[in-house]
Amino acid sequence: MFAEFLQFLLSGVTVGAAYGLVALGFSIIYNASHVINFAQGEFVMLGGMSTVFLMAAGLPMPVAVVLAVLVTVVLGLLLEKLAIEPARGAGVVPLIIITIGASIFLRGVAQVAMDREFHAMPPFTGDAPIMIAGATILPQSLWVFGGMAVMGMLLWYFFARARFGKAMLATAYNPLAARLIGVNTRLVLLCSFGLSALLGSVAGILLAPITFTSYDVGIMLGLKGFCAAILGGMGHGAGAVVGGLIVGIAEAMGAGYISSEYKDAIAFIIILLVLFFMPNGLFGKRTTERV
Amino acid sequence: MAPEARSPTSPATSPAGPLLEVRGLCSHYGRIQALHGVDLEIAAGELVALVGANGAGKTTLLRAISGVQPVTSGDILLAGESVVGASASRRVRSGIAQVPEGRQMFGPMSVEDNLMLGAYTRDQRQVATDLDGVYAMFPMLRERHRQAAGTLSGGQQQMLSIGRALMARPRLLLLDEPSMGLAPNLVEEIFATVEGLKESGTTIFLVEQNAYAALSIADRGYVMETGRVVLSAAGRALLADEKVKAAYLGL
Repeated sequence: MFAEFLQFLLSGVTVGAAYGLVALGFSIIYNASHVINFAQGEFVMLGGMSTVFLMAAGLPMPVAVVLAVLVTVVLGLLLEKLAIEPARGAGVVPLIIITIGASIFLRGVAQVAMDREFHAMPPFTGDAPIMIAGATILPQSLWVFGGMAVMGMLLWYFFARARFGKAMLATAYNPLAARLIGVNTRLVLLCSFGLSALLGSVAGILLAPITFTSYDVGIMLGLKGFCAAILGGMGHGAGAVVGGLIVGIAEAMGAGYISSEYKDAIAFIIILLVLFFMPNGLFGKRTTERV
Repeated sequence: MAPEARSPTSPATSPAGPLLEVRGLCSHYGRIQALHGVDLEIAAGELVALVGANGAGKTTLLRAISGVQPVTSGDILLAGESVVGASASRRVRSGIAQVPEGRQMFGPMSVEDNLMLGAYTRDQRQVATDLDGVYAMFPMLRERHRQAAGTLSGGQQQMLSIGRALMARPRLLLLDEPSMGLAPNLVEEIFATVEGLKESGTTIFLVEQNAYAALSIADRGYVMETGRVVLSAAGRALLADEKVKAAYLGL
């Protein structure tokens, strides 16, 4: 009974950690521009798929992983430079539509440049399950969770301590004032896409050995990450992580206790409930402005 | 002597020429023209006030000088060098800082973070003493240095906004409506601060709807109407001008 519960919890936490990384990517771009980047899921796909194909080309795994992250980051930067920046004056909604177009484009390119098959990536450190109180956990799950923890701490340090990180936050809070103190807000937007691509690709690579990967995994992972970001409060870092874990755990519990048929529906039920009852999310901005 | 429209009153120019010179500046919001060829100049060390009604283009002019409002024609020179093609960031580096209308805090960030961000373009090793300087000027900011800027009162936010701009060590400080929305005793305090900054040698361009207070402390003043400079004279001369009295001082 408890072992079963623990099993669902562990698999929920694993996939939830990946959702959390995707949600962080959404939040960073949202903060820099108020744009919801619907190509976020494609960053996840590109991370996993590039690693698989680079390994198939004979590269050792660590090299393939690093290269895949770099490829995804470069594509994220190009997306901002070529598609977002030229349309910057157009307003938020056209920019969001551009990101939807970009996601379809990236998926199409991945189909042509790679293929349409499902691929299994070998786990980083073997696949001997670890027993915990009657439940089992794959070593790769620890990688996913550890990866999220490390990325989360690095991000926290970047935004709380580094000068450019603070400038990115300042731009989120008040773009006009940020420009007036000399922050290059274009560079902030460019870096937000690079950083989001980095987070997405890491999530995709960590998760690929558990869930398989293919050219279209980005759709679902992107949408689940979006649900997590909304649940946590769009633009809130810790909220994104917590939101990801909640969505992942709820999904695993729903699949385990209700029916695995409904697994994908659960995230969307959560997002509807959040939008109906607490549209600012769990950690949504409480306004502290006094005028 | 009544000042004439657009008369180039002789500012106390240093031999090197004015610190800021604006020539024939035009700016548009879409198809609507907000500035119709504005000319003005500010000498180093001067306190110059710009007064005018709502919508006259005062804020647009300041934003154009800071590089956050596009310019359609004309030129802006800082110490003789054109900055009109430079990014907002480059202009801060070359010495133009602005205290924007409505204070524009980074609300959820701490008072100290707001101040340190004011020195964003500078070498961070040199800013510690400047931070102490700002705290000495506004001791209240030191007491609240960990507090979120958005939780300060309006007057405190105004002081923080001035402190943040000073952290850039500006050669030219642009102040947009610093007294807006403040209680009368705080307005006095803000104007006293501005006078103190002038005495310490900062060149100041002060935009105000509170024309009486602004012109009282200014060396010179400009009056703007619908995107044009219509009057310019010494601050006290403008205060005595019948048209200014009728239009802006309510006398």
